[in-house]
Amino acid sequence: MAAVTLDSRKITQRAAFTLLGLAMVITTIPVLFIIIYTILKGGGAVTWEFLTQFPSQAGRAGGILPAIIGTFYLMLGTLIFALPVGVMAGIYLTEYARNNWLTRLINLAIANLAGVPSIIFGLFGLSVFVLAFNFGLSLLAASLTLACQALAMVITTSREAILAVPREYREGSLAIGVTKWQTVRHIVLPQAFPGIITGVVLAISRAAGETAPILVVGAAFLLPHLPQSPFDQFMALPYHLYTVAVHVPNMPKEIVWGVALVLLVVVLSFDMLAAAIRIKTRQRKYL
Amino acid sequence: MSINLNVPDISARPVEKCVTKLKTEQVSLFYGSFQALRNITLDIPSRCITAIIGPSGCGKSSLLRLFNRMNDLIPGAKVEGNVELDGIPIYDARIDVADLRKRVGMVFQKPNPFPMSVFENVAYGPRRHGIKNRGQLEEIVEKSLRQAALWDEVKDNLGQSGLALSGGQQQRLCIARVLAVEPEVILMDEPCSALDPVATLKIEDLMRNLSQTYTIIIVTHNMQQAARVSDMTAFLMIEPDRAGVLVEYGPTAQIFTNPKDRRTEDYITGRFG
Amino acid sequence: MCHWLNRSNKEGLATLQEQVTAATVPTTGLRRRLRLGERFIEVWIFLSGLLAIVVLLGIIAILLKEGLPIFAHTPPWKFLFGAKWYPISDPPTFGIAPFVVSTLMVTLVSTVIAVPIGVACAAYLSEVAHRKLAETVKPIIEILAGFPSVMMGFIGLALLSPLVQSAFNLNTGLCGLTAAIMLSLMSLPIIVSVSEDALHVVPKEFKEASYALGATKWETIWHVCIPSALSGIAAAIMLGIGRAIGETMTVLMVAGGALAVPVSPTDPMTTMTAAIASGIGNAVRGGLQYQALFAVGLILFILTLAVNIIAERVLERQKRKFAR
Ligand SMILES: Nc1ncnc2c1ncn2[C@@H]1O[C@H](COP(=O)(O)OP(=O)(O)O)[C@@H](O)[C@H]1O
Ligand SMILES: [Mg+2]
Repeated sequence: MAAVTLDSRKITQRAAFTLLGLAMVITTIPVLFIIIYTILKGGGAVTWEFLTQFPSQAGRAGGILPAIIGTFYLMLGTLIFALPVGVMAGIYLTEYARNNWLTRLINLAIANLAGVPSIIFGLFGLSVFVLAFNFGLSLLAASLTLACQALAMVITTSREAILAVPREYREGSLAIGVTKWQTVRHIVLPQAFPGIITGVVLAISRAAGETAPILVVGAAFLLPHLPQSPFDQFMALPYHLYTVAVHVPNMPKEIVWGVALVLLVVVLSFDMLAAAIRIKTRQRKYL
Repeated sequence: MSINLNVPDISARPVEKCVTKLKTEQVSLFYGSFQALRNITLDIPSRCITAIIGPSGCGKSSLLRLFNRMNDLIPGAKVEGNVELDGIPIYDARIDVADLRKRVGMVFQKPNPFPMSVFENVAYGPRRHGIKNRGQLEEIVEKSLRQAALWDEVKDNLGQSGLALSGGQQQRLCIARVLAVEPEVILMDEPCSALDPVATLKIEDLMRNLSQTYTIIIVTHNMQQAARVSDMTAFLMIEPDRAGVLVEYGPTAQIFTNPKDRRTEDYITGRFG
Repeated sequence: MCHWLNRSNKEGLATLQEQVTAATVPTTGLRRRLRLGERFIEVWIFLSGLLAIVVLLGIIAILLKEGLPIFAHTPPWKFLFGAKWYPISDPPTFGIAPFVVSTLMVTLVSTVIAVPIGVACAAYLSEVAHRKLAETVKPIIEILAGFPSVMMGFIGLALLSPLVQSAFNLNTGLCGLTAAIMLSLMSLPIIVSVSEDALHVVPKEFKEASYALGATKWETIWHVCIPSALSGIAAAIMLGIGRAIGETMTVLMVAGGALAVPVSPTDPMTTMTAAIASGIGNAVRGGLQYQALFAVGLILFILTLAVNIIAERVLERQKRKFAR
């Protein structure tokens, strides 16, 4: 013990802390690097025409309008299918479920659903929505598939947000003869709304970036028109990025980076929206 | 299996002073396997204030919550025996709990206004019970706030948040919220325990006024308060197995001046003197 | 089950009597109202609650239904350990050992890279860094979790693979190692945040006791904090592994796509996820290759399920450890 002087221990500490700090830098730098590099490389390609025109020459020229529109349709579809049932499931778990085997089973299912690889949701969607329900390789089938994937996240965030509503509010409402559902509808949900929205926006942003499931349930590489109905095929940003990056020979590099930049902006802006809602409502609480 | 064919109806009965409003017969309450109340039998008179007193943990709140079935919300809570409102057995499977609670409203220990404006707080109940007309709602809100002796303090700013009021005002807002649905019985669970003496006196005044029209049951650990405001007093105690029992029940004057039971006397003199 | 269903069952008996009395007693009393709209919504709520179970069971059912038939053609052990994947030869052979080995190799390498960095980063953020720095860095790491996997694949393709190629003097930079590095980056956020939570709940008394004995801050972190948080860190690692096993686009784009059993991480390879993604589009529906790919999905599902269940168990234990 005596051999280990304070000095050498201090040096060890300094060295160790440097390593830990380095780990933090290694984790952080790539994020900033990827964002900045993508902006620098892709910024030049992202013009008004790029955003508003159809692709030509297999994506080597023209714009990516159908991919952008397709991705927004997918987000909308995911929202429509995942939001109502996800929030309702959150309500069930917090307001109605008793502490029994069924509730434990539901919670187990949610936890495990969250860990299922996205490609497997693709297989599920292909088999169920595309083939069994006969929706074909369509916007509808893809939205339903992404909604299944988003379900776990919507349920968990709704559950947390609803749980955070104080019990006293519920009691105050029930104690004057308001029914349980009305209490949920008029007291609990408005209070939980910001938290639910935060989770839903995050889930939708995830869905916007998903590629593997829509690759399986049939995103189109090139379409000369926008989808006219939910049963139409569609293009999507992440899938477009995949094809132009991997499958199209002699692709102008700048365009690929441009697609990447647009995708990144769409996804990150929704993430930031979620963060903004979270911060805003947190402030309100302290008021 | 006996099914009572004659579920009596409330509206058919005349309501006079000192008719029995609420009644319990041999009521026991269990939280899971723990018995919180044993064999409680008492008649609560109409348009009077009945105080429930007793040491902490003896089941006062539990008893109070029996009258509007708030215990239903607690998983594992089980009621035995009979509780009647105007002769209607309220634990009958055919009873509509929401309608029951509309007639038997409740005010809690900690003021719990909703995070909405004062107006919306009071209008909340009537709205849920189907009143949509704005003029009618305004009328109800004003009437209820006046009854709750809060109107003069908030009439200039009905849009302010209910949470922005002082503690005493919040509690009166909660009372107004209950009054707005025109209940017959108001249950109050230590409504003043979170308030300062001035606010407490205000609420006590208010209770006396309200008892002209409403049947009020108040839980309190404050003996003076029971003596000041109530017409009837029920004294609960804890048995060795921690179940609450009714030791004595009668007119407040008699309970406080001439208790029949030794334990009542001990409790009252120990705390009252 | 749920109580309103129960309640209405109990009432079933009373219904007939109720109809009898309804005629004789005025209806303004306390008798139960139908509230049909609410009943309807409550049924909807209940069904929504069940949906997670339905989807999970649906996934299992589909994988079994579409995947199991392949074992009539190729016995399970031959399927798992066969080294030849020739789905369109005549006759076809379905051996998925190349995919299984690739998945394990890529996952292992990415874990080996991500865990030390992730845990060190968590330790720095929770024990060393100033609060301000930590509050700035955490959202940045959260952004990383939000990057679409196709984006990471593209970055790996465009930027990392040339570096790996020249550093290891390879024929191609599209190989398991490149994929593993990208995957490690992608599993960092979850490893950092779960490890940080684990470090956060280490009781203050533990640390103070260590300081009282004259230990330096680093010695306290190394000998007290990290050992106490070990099960939480283990859970973080499992979650990171789960993420890496299931990741598709990144490996599809940068792992090289070779169909032989890889020998070294620097070989081009195809993981299970990539095999499904690249094969399913061309597979005849209901055909042998289609079945084989669903069977790969089944194995992948079992693998991730096992990893997640272990992670959850470990996390439970960690929670109980310091719960008082
Ligand atoms: N929700 C509950 N679950 C289990 N036990 C409870 C619950 N509420 C109260 N109790 C128990 O019932 C007894 C009476 O409680 P309570 O009615 O709150 O008493 P008081 O209001 O007189 O203080 C106490 O022993 C208490 O621990
Ligand atoms: Mg109490």
